[in-house]
This record gives sequence, structure tokens and C-alpha cells, in this order.
Amino acid sequence: MDFGDTPEEASFRQEARAWLSANVPSKEELEGLDEVQRAKLWQMRKYEAGWACIRWPREYGGRGASAMEQVIWNQEESSFRTPASVFAIGQGMAAPTMMAWATEEQKRRYLPPLASGEHVWCQLFSEPAGGSDLAALRTRAEKDGDEWVVNGQKIWTSGAHFSDYAILVVRTDPEVPKHKGLTYFFVDMKSPGIETKPIRQISGESNFNEVYFTDVRIPDDHRLGAVGQGWQVAITTLMNERLAIGGGGGLGFRQVFELAQRLSIDGRPAIKDRSVRARLADWYAQESGLRFQGYRAMSALSRGEIPGPENSIGKYVGASKTQDMASFAIDLLEMSGVVSDPELSSHSGIFQYAFMGAPGLRIAGGTDEIMLNILAERVLGMPQDVRVDKGIPFSQVPTGAS
Amino acid sequence: MNFEFSDEQNLLREQAAGFLADKCPPGAARAVLEGDASFDAQLFKGIADMGWTAATIPEKHGGLGLSYLELCVIAEELGRVVAPVPFSSSVYLATEALLLAGTDAQRRAWLPKLAAGAAIGTFALTESAGQPSPDRLATSCDNGSLTGTKLPVADGDIADFAVVVAKCDSGDGASLCLAPLDADGVTRTAVATLDPTRSHARIDFDHAAAEPLGAEGEGWELTRRILDRAAVLFAWEQVGGANAALEQAKEYAMGRYAFGRPIAGFQAIKHKLANMFVKNTLARSNCYYGAWALSTDASELPLAAATARVSAIQAYYFASKENIQTHGGMGFTWEFDCQFHYRRAKLLSVNIGSERTWQDRLISAVEAGQAT
Ligand SMILES: Cc1cc2nc3c(=O)[nH]c(=O)nc-3n(C[C@H](O)[C@H](O)[C@H](O)COP(=O)(O)OP(=O)(O)OC[C@H]3O[C@@H](n4cnc5c(N)ncnc54)[C@H](O)[C@@H]3O)c2cc1C
Repeated sequence: MDFGDTPEEASFRQEARAWLSANVPSKEELEGLDEVQRAKLWQMRKYEAGWACIRWPREYGGRGASAMEQVIWNQEESSFRTPASVFAIGQGMAAPTMMAWATEEQKRRYLPPLASGEHVWCQLFSEPAGGSDLAALRTRAEKDGDEWVVNGQKIWTSGAHFSDYAILVVRTDPEVPKHKGLTYFFVDMKSPGIETKPIRQISGESNFNEVYFTDVRIPDDHRLGAVGQGWQVAITTLMNERLAIGGGGGLGFRQVFELAQRLSIDGRPAIKDRSVRARLADWYAQESGLRFQGYRAMSALSRGEIPGPENSIGKYVGASKTQDMASFAIDLLEMSGVVSDPELSSHSGIFQYAFMGAPGLRIAGGTDEIMLNILAERVLGMPQDVRVDKGIPFSQVPTGAS
Repeated sequence: MNFEFSDEQNLLREQAAGFLADKCPPGAARAVLEGDASFDAQLFKGIADMGWTAATIPEKHGGLGLSYLELCVIAEELGRVVAPVPFSSSVYLATEALLLAGTDAQRRAWLPKLAAGAAIGTFALTESAGQPSPDRLATSCDNGSLTGTKLPVADGDIADFAVVVAKCDSGDGASLCLAPLDADGVTRTAVATLDPTRSHARIDFDHAAAEPLGAEGEGWELTRRILDRAAVLFAWEQVGGANAALEQAKEYAMGRYAFGRPIAGFQAIKHKLANMFVKNTLARSNCYYGAWALSTDASELPLAAATARVSAIQAYYFASKENIQTHGGMGFTWEFDCQFHYRRAKLLSVNIGSERTWQDRLISAVEAGQAT
């Protein structure tokens, strides 16, 4: 065990830091650009210098770096203020799925533009009738020659409105039990018949969408895995999802700590208050536990292990931590904590913003409850929940009023 | 960077687990709980024979000169089996105090015996209810004469010497001294505690002989340093115990049926155990960092130690109480072994400073700029 850098790691860190200091976009450069444009500008700059998706093989647009180099890069990049990424789904979930299931030719064609940020991908999994119970999804695909014709509706699709491609799970056979009748595709979001409608969140923003499919034609060579093997392919995506999304939500211990240094309670800095210290200490311990857990997961990756279900911890702990820290920060601000106007509120409204976004973190990518089920069943080996839909053809499974 | 134990350390873990499965079955802690003995002397002798008491003592003082990573591995295994031995007092506290502050003569006098398990040492800080601080110390040590009362002292009834924290009018308000416990003027009385598998005593010093350990007026700072180091090791014990409690809960839940199926199939039980796993995993990850900081004497040791300690206290307490809950009425019986973790978890959550104390130290370390 050695948390220090080897000489090679130290020089890699040095190189990364030097490049970052010289190349992180300045405020002026980003002015006037929207979130997606900012993210694309930063991603392309990294790509051109060989700093994008560094663990990917070079032929797919990466750098062929080691897991430890990835850890170092993440540490260094996160110490700078960089534009928020819109590529988590594409690079963190679609790409590993493509690497595991696509043809060599497809990988060489689709992965480099993912690394460069030229293409944004989204995830067309959830449906009105299939969220936690993803395998209950109903969007139908029927074979027609060399193509599939898709009809149905997806929901909660983050970033669909600015995405170029998507990963998609559909039902190809309703007459077999639900997990067996699914098939996995990737699809061009500009295909005729795809319609995207924004959904407004409690925060007032619209980051996710409804996506309607009307006779959308997808070539059979866009299928990943065999017909009926969609669930197995989806598991590859979901395992990586847990690694990719974490639960940070843009708020960390440091920001709440600094707030407590600035504000006062009973005429003293809030940070001197025992109850404040206790809460902050707990969040620090959670955050550092997650950080080192992440490093250990990277160690496992570097030994060739695939990310296991234990990575559900990060997203589960991180989401509630964000919610609780945001709530606590607002309490520290007292009455002025309700002011969310970025111009008027202290810290540009980040705590209020995080507070309104946090409920979504606890739902997206598998709810808290589903994460606990996964940990209990897949890590601890406890029995699955009793299921009334087991072994029954999907078409005969009971549903709520529809 | 490398975030895992080495193959040799994993081998040591296997050996330790095998040895303890044999020499420290659940009945061992129960024998001490129900019997008259203060500790399992046979087991402690076996532990010394394995060289564990000698782990971090330099070879020139009769030790093995291993790294603290090995000691962390041993601590986790001892915690897992709730070992009824004075290992922590002797190794994490007394040995550490001598290594940090002992003169060459003091080290030569005690370290070889500690290494061989021929002597037991302990650390005596607490005197009365509430958080200890220099201004609340009443024990004094003047010109080699120690007077005052320490209560409770872990293994105080069986130890050969104690490192005693005494008040001091200069410096940081405290000095350490080294007191043989067979000297005239020392009276020891065993006290009943929450965890009888680890004996505790009241020690009255009445003009007893003692010699200074470390510089006068630097005792409080030394105490902090000793406790930072011990905190990492205790945290590993706590993580070992927490994981054992989780395993115990799981095993029971898989075999116990209610409403026609194993209770392990109920979500309330599944989620309870999954939450144990979450807390244990976070604590363990923090312990890795603590182990590294301890083994390299890193400048961020105070932060790493406090972080490991806070999360380990929380994990073990949670696992120990929810383990009983998972067992239903059985868990509340004297005959069942759930009580061992419940008792040990509470002892370890206050023995070198409570959760609140360590939360405070964690934030102090962040304030001092140790966080990266
Ligand atoms: C911000 C955000 C972004 C998202 N982005 C995407 C995206 O890009 N692509 C995509 O495909 N999906 C996306 N989702 C959808 C997300 O994956 C689902 O919302 C989630 O899986 C829950 O499904 P549901 O909303 O249907 O809730 P339901 O499944 O109806 O759950 C309702 C409640 O019941 C509980 N519950 C359900 N089943 C169980 C069970 N077996 N045991 C215990 N409790 C249970 C849940 O925990 C929850 O509390 C996003 C969601 C959010 C909030």
C-alpha cells in the first residue's frame, strides 16, 4: 500500500498539472457559450492534446493510460475549475458497452467522436412503465428485412435534446418472460420518427425529456448482442453507470466547510460550533471513504476485474450526502438561505441549486432503495424479493391502471 | 500509488485468521465474560509466540521491525474475533509511547519484554467523567513521586507498568510518566465495565515511584500523538468487529424463517444489512488511508487517523446494534453471542476519546490545512 506517487506517477502528475494550468479555459473564453458548447470546447481541447478518455486505447481516441494514471488525472483535473461535462453517459456508459459488445469497425468509428466530444450520447432506457423495474419496458421493435421498426415512448432521458446518438433497450418478444424478450441497440437521434419533448423538473430546469418513437427504422447492424440478449447487455451499461455517475451533484464538503468559516453562530465563526463540526466531520469522512473506495475500485480495474455491484455505494451515499449538506448549508444561512437568485444569494446560489437538484440524484441511475437491494442481493448474497412476474410471459404480467 | 495490501500482508491475514479461528473461538470471549480471569492468558501467550506483540518494535529491542501495515492486518483480525486480551493497551498504547518518547534506557528496560509478551503495559489518562483535558487532571508527578487516581484504566489490574498522564504547571499542562504497577503506593481495583471481556481497573497512586517519559510539559502533545497512532489501529479493530457483526447478522437472517421464508428476504432486513455494508466499506477505505499515513508517518496522519476513527466508530456501533435487532429476541439473550460486539463496539467508541472528540479533531486537522 502506498498512497504516494512513484517517480513515474509523479512525473505524469506534473505533466498533467502543467498542461491543465496552461489549457483550462478562462472565464473570457467561455463567455457567451451555453453549457453544451462549453463542455464541447473543453473536451475537444483535451482530445487534441491526448488528454481525453485517457484509459481508452489510442485507436479509439484515448491515450492507453493505466488505471492509476486515470486516478491521477481525475485528481488533477478536479482541482481546477473546468466546464461541467455532458459526456458522462456517452463516455462512461455507452462507450464501455460498445467496447464490450460492438464490432471492431464500429468501435473505431463511434468511439473517437465520443472521446473528442463531437458526439453526445444519451440513454434511452427508462419508460413510463419501466423505471426501477427496467425490464418491464414496453417500447416495441419488430424486424423488417435488415431493419427494425421501433414504436413506443421513453421518459426521463437526460440530454436527449442535444444528443447525437443513444443507447436503447426495446422489447422484441412480449411472449417470453420479461428479461428474455429485450434487445439492445444504438441509434442515431436524428432518425426520422424520433421526437423529443422536454420535461420540467422541480428545479425549473429541463435536463431530461420524453422521447417518442414512431416507426423509427434502425439497421440491424446497430444491434449490440443477440436478439433477446438485451438485458445482459444492459447490465454492462448499468454496472458502468454506477461508476460513472457517483452522487456528487456539484456540492462538496469543502464548500460547506468554507461557508461555516464565513458565517457566525452566537457571535463566533460557525465552524467553532461543536454541532457544526460534528456534521461536517461526518461528511468529510463519507467523502474521503468514497474517494478511497474509488481508488480501490480503480486498483481492481487495473487488475482486470470488472466494476462490481459494490460500486453502488458511491451513488447511494453521495446523493444523500449532497442533499443533507445543501440543506445544512441553507440552515447555516438562516433566513437568507431561501434566496436562490445567483446575484443576491451568497455563493451564487449553489446551495439552493444543489438542494433542488438533490432529490433527482437519489432517483437517477437507480433509486436509493434499488441500490440497497443490489448491495443486499448481489454483494451480500441475500434472497431476491418475491416476484409475482417470474416465469410469466411479459404480455400476461399484471400492471397498474393504464 | 497502490491501494492494496501486499501478497505477504494478505498471507499474514490468512495466518492470523486461521490462528484466531483455532485459539479464539466465540467461547474464548465468553469464558472471560463469565469467569474470573481478567483475560485469556493462553491466547495472549499464543499471540506473543506468533510475534504479534513484537511487530513494530525494532529488532535491536527484541522486536520484528515490521511496518504498521502488518499491525493493521493483525488489529483487524483481533477485532473480528473480539479477542479478550490486553493487546491494544500493550501494543497500540504503551509500546507506542515508549517508541515515541522513551529514553534508550527505558526502551531497553521495557521493549524486549513487551515484544515477548512477558510484560503488559497500559496507558492511563482518564480520571473522571467527561472529556479529559490538562486542566482537569488531578494526578501529579513530582520528583519521581506519583499521586492521584486513574479510573478506568484498561488492563490496569494486570499490567506491569502504566504510562500515566499527569498534570504539569508548565508547557502544555501535562507530563507523561512511566510507573511500574507493582511498586509501593500503587493500589489497583478491578472495576465492572460494559465490556468485561476487556478488563479495567481503578489505580490509586499514593507517592508511588515513577519516572518521566518524554519532556516535562509536553505530555499533552505527546498524548495527542500517541492517540493519533492508536486511533488508526483501533479503527482497524472496529472495522474487523463491524464486518464480523454483519456476517453474524447475515448468517442468522438466512437461516431464520418467518412468514414462510427466510427473514433475509425481507427488505427491511436486506436494507439494514446493506447499510451495514456501506458503513463498513467506507470505514475500511478510510482505514486504508490511515494505515498508510501511520506506516509512513505522513504529515496528514492526524486527519487520516481522525477520519478512520470517526467512520469506524459509527460503523461498528451501527453494525453491533442492528445485529441484535436482526436476531430478534434471541439477540437479546445472554446465551447468544451478539452481546460481544455490542459491548466491544461501545468500549471502542469511547476508549481513546469519543466520536465527538474525534469529529472535532478531524475538523481541526482540516482547519490546519491537512485536507487535500
Ligand atoms: C434526474 C434524472 C435523470 C434521469 N436520466 C435518465 C436517463 O438519462 N435515461 C434513462 O433511461 N433514465 C433516466 N432516469 C430515470 C431513472 O433511472 C428512473 O427514474 C429510476 O430508475 C426510477 O424509476 P421510476 O422513476 O419509474 O420510479 P419507480 O420505479 O416507480 O419507483 C418509485 C419508488 O418505488 C421504489 N421502488 C420501486 N421498486 C422497488 C423495489 N423493488 N424495492 C423497493 N423499492 C422500490 C423506488 O425506490 C421509488 O422510491 C433519470 C431520472 C432522474 C430523476
